[in-house]
Amino acid sequence: MPKDQPEIDLSPKVSDEIRKTTCYMCACRCGINVHMKKDPLGDLKVAYIEGNRDHPVNQGVLCAKGSAGIMQHNAPSRLKSPMKRVGPRGSGEFEEISWDEAYEIAAKWLKPIRETNPEKLAFFTGRDQSQSFTSLWAQAFGTPNYAAHGGFCSVNMAAAGIYTMGGAFWEFGQPDWDHTKLFMLFGVAEDHDSNPIKMGIGKIKKRGARVIGVNPIRTGYNAVADDWVGITPGTDGLFILSMVHCLMKAGKIDLHYLAQYTDAPVLINSDPKSPEYGLYLRDGNGKQLVVDRNTGKLAAFDSPGVRPDLSGTHRAKGVTHVPVFHKMAEMYLSDEYAPEAVAERCGIPAKRIRAIAAEIARVAFEEAFELDHAWTDFRGEKHEKMTGRPVSFHSMRGISAHANGFQTCRALHMLQILLGTVEVPGGFRFKPPYPKPATAHPKPHVGMTPGAPLNGPHLGFVHGPEDLALKADGSAARIDKAFTWDNPMSSHGLMHMVISNAHAGDPYKIDTLFMYMANMSWNSSMNTSGVMEMLTDKDENDNYVIPHIIYSDAYSSEMVAYSDLILPDTTYLERHDCISLLDRPICEADAAADAIRWPVVEPDRNVKGFQSALCDLGAKLGLPGFVNDDGTQKYADYADYIVTHERRPGIGPLAGWRMGETGLQNGRGAPNEGQLDSYISNGGFFVEHIPDGANYYKPWNQAYQSWAVDMGLYDSPQPYLFSLYVEPMRKFQLAAEGHGDIQPPDHLRARIKATMSPLPIWYETDQQGNEGFTINALTQRPMAMYHSWGSQNAWLRQLHGRNPMYLPTRLMRENGLSDGDWARITSPHGEITVPVMEMAALNENTIWTWNAIGKRKGAWALDADAPEATKGFLLNHLIHELLPAKGDGMRWSNSDPITGQAAWFDLKVRIEKTTAPKESRPEYPPLKSPVGKGPKDLAWKVGK
Amino acid sequence: MTILPESTDKKLGLVIDLDTCVGCHACVISCKGWNTENYGAPLSDQDAYGANPSGTFLNRVHSYEVQPAEGEAQLIHFPKSCLHCEDAPCVTVCPTGASYKRVEDGIVLVNESDCIGCGLCAWACPYGAREMDQEENVMKKCTLCVDRIYNENLPEVDRVPSCVRTCPAGARHFGDLGDPDSEVSQLVAERGGVDLMPEQGTKPVNKYLPPRPKDALPEFDVLAPFLEPVIAEPKGFLGWLDKALEKI
Amino acid sequence: MHPAPSVIIFTTFSGLGFGLLIWLGLGYPSVTGWSAFAFFAIAYIMAVGGLMASTFHLGRPERAMKAFTQWRSSWLSREGICAVLALIVMALYGAGLVFFSQQWTLLGWTGALFSLLTVFTTSMIYTQLKSIPRWNQTILTPANFISLSLAGGALLAGQVTAASFLLLIAGLIQMATWLVGDTRFEQAGTDMASATQLGNIGQVRAFEPPHTGTNYLLREFVHVVGRKHAQKLRVISIILMAALPVILLLMPFSHFLALIAVVAHIAGVLVARWLFFAQAEHVVGLYYGQR
Repeated sequence: MPKDQPEIDLSPKVSDEIRKTTCYMCACRCGINVHMKKDPLGDLKVAYIEGNRDHPVNQGVLCAKGSAGIMQHNAPSRLKSPMKRVGPRGSGEFEEISWDEAYEIAAKWLKPIRETNPEKLAFFTGRDQSQSFTSLWAQAFGTPNYAAHGGFCSVNMAAAGIYTMGGAFWEFGQPDWDHTKLFMLFGVAEDHDSNPIKMGIGKIKKRGARVIGVNPIRTGYNAVADDWVGITPGTDGLFILSMVHCLMKAGKIDLHYLAQYTDAPVLINSDPKSPEYGLYLRDGNGKQLVVDRNTGKLAAFDSPGVRPDLSGTHRAKGVTHVPVFHKMAEMYLSDEYAPEAVAERCGIPAKRIRAIAAEIARVAFEEAFELDHAWTDFRGEKHEKMTGRPVSFHSMRGISAHANGFQTCRALHMLQILLGTVEVPGGFRFKPPYPKPATAHPKPHVGMTPGAPLNGPHLGFVHGPEDLALKADGSAARIDKAFTWDNPMSSHGLMHMVISNAHAGDPYKIDTLFMYMANMSWNSSMNTSGVMEMLTDKDENDNYVIPHIIYSDAYSSEMVAYSDLILPDTTYLERHDCISLLDRPICEADAAADAIRWPVVEPDRNVKGFQSALCDLGAKLGLPGFVNDDGTQKYADYADYIVTHERRPGIGPLAGWRMGETGLQNGRGAPNEGQLDSYISNGGFFVEHIPDGANYYKPWNQAYQSWAVDMGLYDSPQPYLFSLYVEPMRKFQLAAEGHGDIQPPDHLRARIKATMSPLPIWYETDQQGNEGFTINALTQRPMAMYHSWGSQNAWLRQLHGRNPMYLPTRLMRENGLSDGDWARITSPHGEITVPVMEMAALNENTIWTWNAIGKRKGAWALDADAPEATKGFLLNHLIHELLPAKGDGMRWSNSDPITGQAAWFDLKVRIEKTTAPKESRPEYPPLKSPVGKGPKDLAWKVGK
Repeated sequence: MTILPESTDKKLGLVIDLDTCVGCHACVISCKGWNTENYGAPLSDQDAYGANPSGTFLNRVHSYEVQPAEGEAQLIHFPKSCLHCEDAPCVTVCPTGASYKRVEDGIVLVNESDCIGCGLCAWACPYGAREMDQEENVMKKCTLCVDRIYNENLPEVDRVPSCVRTCPAGARHFGDLGDPDSEVSQLVAERGGVDLMPEQGTKPVNKYLPPRPKDALPEFDVLAPFLEPVIAEPKGFLGWLDKALEKI
Repeated sequence: MHPAPSVIIFTTFSGLGFGLLIWLGLGYPSVTGWSAFAFFAIAYIMAVGGLMASTFHLGRPERAMKAFTQWRSSWLSREGICAVLALIVMALYGAGLVFFSQQWTLLGWTGALFSLLTVFTTSMIYTQLKSIPRWNQTILTPANFISLSLAGGALLAGQVTAASFLLLIAGLIQMATWLVGDTRFEQAGTDMASATQLGNIGQVRAFEPPHTGTNYLLREFVHVVGRKHAQKLRVISIILMAALPVILLLMPFSHFLALIAVVAHIAGVLVARWLFFAQAEHVVGLYYGQR
């Protein structure tokens, strides 16, 4: 070193200790290394967070949110203590109380409900990552009213995937990043899946493979896509079905795959007069029947050696049965799906649709390849090789959150299946415990007995009208009207309807609303102002219409102010959690995996992990499963539950390091006291790889099926066929046509018949009341922010401190707008006045903004003049949970008529230029912050 | 000392792939985290929870919209930090010798204990790579994680700048651009890596890989053979079925 | 560039102060005793005051002594050294005049030289910056600083003829500096395309900034407020800096008119220096789609 260069320490100590846990800065659940340093007082403090290289999800990388975790963990917005409301609801005036008093208050409200009418409790848990636990609590309580946030997120994608093929994208499966040569991405929220998608795109790009992005907005993943399709929102299904049309017409579909692994050859009743018209032909065991090409005779689909015939028909008892494949050909070869017929509606030239379909065909069939893995299918046939079709797809919210989203998601799953790219090399691959067809999932349960647990899990998959959650009088059994004729297949519930239904007393009134991590009085609701009014509305006796609200959150969110009792949660670095195979695990296509969070630091406030609080409260209420035989508390805390709970004998929340007869084993086994220590010493997670030869063709692969049984994912092998044709939907249609005992109300018959097609269709969403509102309005989630959480983070809020409304060049010009001008945006439901910015790489009839940047003054420990509150805004004000009145006296839910998925992205607006107001509108009075405000300046350094 | 070395043993730097960067800001925050806790003064934030939050960052991700003469507009995310120039004007203007370019590896550093906070180096930098910390009043800049890349307390695989380690899309590469055989040099050669503002004469070490051509899917006419209909004449679906199934 | 008062005051007054010292060092006016003290006091108040003002610009003024070390490469370091040498030499020379009524000519000439070098090195701090094309004018920026310093010094030194002549020259150079400066950014060839290297794809436009809030770079380098009045301010500046003082000097001499001339000149130079910073566009602004 030259003598006049300063000497610097090139090997400073990085930290005093590394503690490995799981991130919770978004839904992605990456592994993190939390570097701890001793502060000047000698206490270990969080100093730096990086990705865990060994972790299956993120393999060392970490996004902006994850790296900013230290600022979240230390945010001034953290709640400090249980609180009870002392001012009027919505004021933010609270008094700190002890946990004992908090439980006392909760028990005073909940105990009488449980003993008389448990449905009076509505327990909804937002962005909960512990649903298998919270649902267990709700079951033990006995209320039918439980769900998490899936209904307003992406239930369409999940349910369409499960019903079609036993799994969907993200937590259910992923592209075969190592082999795919064409990756097509439809609208996706960035954190579904955050780092793995980025890593995957990076991998693909490195190989020079093509990425096609379909999205009205060219940001993020679509910005790096080789080809961008700036589609008109809500028309993805039409575009996909048009590609299906092209591919089928050209015969560029994998007929062998369709015949062997799907219901394409399964026979269905084709007699329109039959009460079973459109239902599968089944044998005495309920097995779907096909015509065997070897014999020309009927055979159960899974009989050994059967070669199902795609064209064989069967006539019995005067009824002709034709294969599903016939129906598909009839439907999709029709010119109504020709590119020329759909181009205008989709905003994509017909030639471009054909070009993309052709490229898909080229890659799927011309670039097919083989892997040298021998495998045996469920019919006993041995295969020497695995054929790869290197085309893969991914999508989440963008196509889900429309009222035609379920059918659109189905169409996308069907496209993958037609190409034969699901569970093959280069295509889409399931992650354990998926594949798992709808029939292997529970059905919804609403059987309620005062003072006793519910008769089974709340949520599940219906298979016909008999599975609906209806009371004897035909009214909804659940407060959110899930699993009713309004939206029969609402597998994740409808959290977005809970408050408005409870307020309206429709289907019934409730007593206590108990919520966790759901900012319902702000960005997590449609019709935000209306929700605030419902939460504060009083009846003729001056009592709140929703009498009690208990809320648990770690931070001073907008919802805190609208609650009566606050149970303060910890930050993610102070808590136990399990990312369980019983729940939404972190598996990879090649491995089963689960993970934990553990308190890498102890809370310095009077707070408690919500799940631990539920253990206490469950015991106080004497809930079965939460008390021992002698009435004492069963689980000391959530960690105790994680280790000792058994869902079925030998199956617990965590699959790793269970106790076998001869020692520790994975998958099945008795509880092991030292289990969490094993997880901690392994970096906070457990992973078990799927053997080669078992890792593709999973639904039909004997080796995979037996591996899954060993792991405890299933109790017996469960091979099945993909359902291009969803028979339960046909059953609902049959009911709407007048068949069967359980009948829909008359006003819904036409809609059920029109929308519940058992083969994917596209329909225009309800445009009633949209006259004069012609512009599509969307939100996107910034990559560096997770919902409303980012704004309390001193680092992240600098990236996105306010959100302009982005307008395409055409609309800027037409309205005489330039950057920094303000515009009034009006929908049939409301109006907002907001700043605008030009964006050229945008569908020319679509405007958009970043989601959940706008904040209520006084929330999140921000100053009242924070840009989030003065310039930021929510699009939510323009969206109503109900559609505009139709004149039939009823207001229909702004949801998918099949699943109840909130139709956030169906919004239509109009724009006018306006003079700049002082602040974005609507304005709301400030909330009183229960935690004060943050410090002025930060100069953060732990290890000085 | 502020005279630039005549040559450096290595030219360590970054290669940033504009074709792959999705604009997630992971590098920005990882950098903030590491450099707040490590080399020199922490990167402070003013008005952190207030009306006008503004902090010190050593790496920021811009975004540009590019409108080709024909076709759709493109959006390109553009991370930018110190380019560790060979002819670093920020070094030679420094009156105290606080700014220097290391002879071993070409990293441009600020010795904070010598910095008087005059700001002239930031004026001299055409790239906006230097930011005066408003708490400590000294100049901060990218150190290329000089306290990581040689750090024997880190596993060898982690001895890269924190922005590179964290980048989810793999859009950031670190290495010796003075060695033509290094992976980064090869990448620059293959992908036509470029200098920013070459006319400023700074000879940046960091290189940018330009985005690959976008929206370049061949016209349908070229791809048409892949969608040749199964049957030429519309003979109804049974005709199609018959033809289609012949392929099994 | 952000027109910080500290740098405006620094360049204006240190220029005037060292300008006066140059004249004093050369023996104009040839004064001794209290009269010399008065001239030297004015020169030192301006020169040292200007230098002190510049330290307000420093984040760590307590370390300012370190700035004398890098004379081999840094114009700022050279300026500091020249200024200190000029002030020391001129102090000795002044002491001779004030206390001993001695005019040590060689010392005076040496002091004048270092004073001139101080002004030159100050100008070079700005001239050297390629990143700010308006300043990066090899001849005109130093000429602008030196001519104003000499003219202002002459005015303060009461050298009516020289001052009139030099004020005219300084005014002309100032105008030339502006006019040529207006073309420098384009000439430098740095634009959005070269900054991003994306120009070969198409027209480049800044989209979302890296952070929605402001930052050090934007505060320091992107200053657009008041630029729209630049032409008016230039006229005002030239009138105050050169035209008015020359007219006043051509009128029959009076101390009052001379004082007005000095005040007008200083005001004119302050306006010019405000423009010098406010109109200077740093190329980094391009990354933010601003100049």
